[in-house]
Amino acid sequence: MSIKKYFGIGFSVFSLLTISACSDSDNDDVMKDVVVTQSYELTVSNLTNNQPFSPLAVSIHGANYTAWSIGTESSLGLEMLAEGGATAGFFSEATAAGAYVTVSGDAPIFSGESGTLEIESILNDEMELTIATMLINTNDAFTGFHGFDLTSLEIGDEVTVLLPVYDAGTEANNELVGTIPGPADNGEGFNVARDDVDVVARHSGVVTNADGYAESVLDSSHSFDAPVAKLVLKRTE
Amino acid sequence: MKTNSILAISTLPLLLASSIASAQVLDVKVTNLTQGMFFTPLLVSAHDNSLHLFESGESATSELTAMAEGGDISGLVTASEALGAVNSENPAAGLLSPSSSTTVSDLNTGSNGYLSITAMLLPTNDGFVGLDSWAIPEEAGTYTLFLNAYDAGTEVNDEIVNGGGAVGVVGIPANPGANGGTGASGVTTSESNQTVHIHRGNVGDTDNAGGVSDVDSRIHRWLNPVAKVVVTVK
Repeated sequence: MSIKKYFGIGFSVFSLLTISACSDSDNDDVMKDVVVTQSYELTVSNLTNNQPFSPLAVSIHGANYTAWSIGTESSLGLEMLAEGGATAGFFSEATAAGAYVTVSGDAPIFSGESGTLEIESILNDEMELTIATMLINTNDAFTGFHGFDLTSLEIGDEVTVLLPVYDAGTEANNELVGTIPGPADNGEGFNVARDDVDVVARHSGVVTNADGYAESVLDSSHSFDAPVAKLVLKRTE
Repeated sequence: MKTNSILAISTLPLLLASSIASAQVLDVKVTNLTQGMFFTPLLVSAHDNSLHLFESGESATSELTAMAEGGDISGLVTASEALGAVNSENPAAGLLSPSSSTTVSDLNTGSNGYLSITAMLLPTNDGFVGLDSWAIPEEAGTYTLFLNAYDAGTEVNDEIVNGGGAVGVVGIPANPGANGGTGASGVTTSESNQTVHIHRGNVGDTDNAGGVSDVDSRIHRWLNPVAKVVVTVK
């Protein structure tokens, strides 16, 4: 922890390091065999009425990894997350793209509740954070933030971000019995078939059986508007 | 700016002060964030503070009505250029599809200090995406804006797709996605707020051979914002 004091005066030097010894002779004695890390605390509040969030999927990575993009086809891992709340495939893709660390929340976050997790990453000159979670009483809605630049956060800094709601575009929003994994239906999660527009977009909301769609398994409690979540991100170390 | 405060107050006439905005060059990237709504040809306009393409809470002009009901930007182009606006017309060369983007490159604003954007939303009766008079920053950089969907307040939102795009003709001109219905009886015959206001959204239904609406409630709704605009001030 003695390295902490160097962050203020030597951040630009450290940011060039990976995990090996420093090549700058001035700092050799200090830096040998030291792994420089940064830690963050994330708290996500579920602002919906009745859309539990699947366990959070959080990664810290370089600028080359973009978990999703409006108008671009969902990756298979994102489809698995958005249709069924699974994190493994999503994390595999992040890791394959060089992510430094991935962390999963340990439980769903129900409406009106918050979930907190901590994530620690090796220091790199590119530090971006991606977070994603499914609204589980939907066909394929998710919320999150991709590519949040962490490099400007000093220790103790805290930022609050309201999160939009996205549609993975991989499963039609038919709201039918058997298609929604959350407690509204206890239906199917991930299905490899893609029967929707097959690009990511902002979500248009759910119709529900309270609004003229009698076949919908969802009721008025499952309606939502944007934003659907509040993320408080704090650098702790 | 700091050092010129005395000059600006005491020696420069206000008229001159307002006309010395230095020319800026912008890239303007517009992304349609929706999953199922099309944008008709965009108008991206740099203008001065004497002009609004639209104003919330005010009645739509005839030029805005033509854009919002039928996607026709020619009236807005003529009216704005008469006031010195610099426009980019139809940068997407047609409709901007759901979830797609288009970029206006190197828009030279001349002496104009404000940016506005409009495009009709299809399928709607008179819904449009809009940016009203965003003050263009003097500092070079990248600025991100999110735009809401407005209702021109000039046409009832009956949600009947019948080709009715001309001003004063009720109905939705087209559903470019061809993913809705026909034969609807109509959602409503009245428009309570006849000024420009935030659109309440499509109602839609799931009956493609009748029902109250020709748009699909599972496809043609949206949540704000409906567009992301990234402005690069060079």
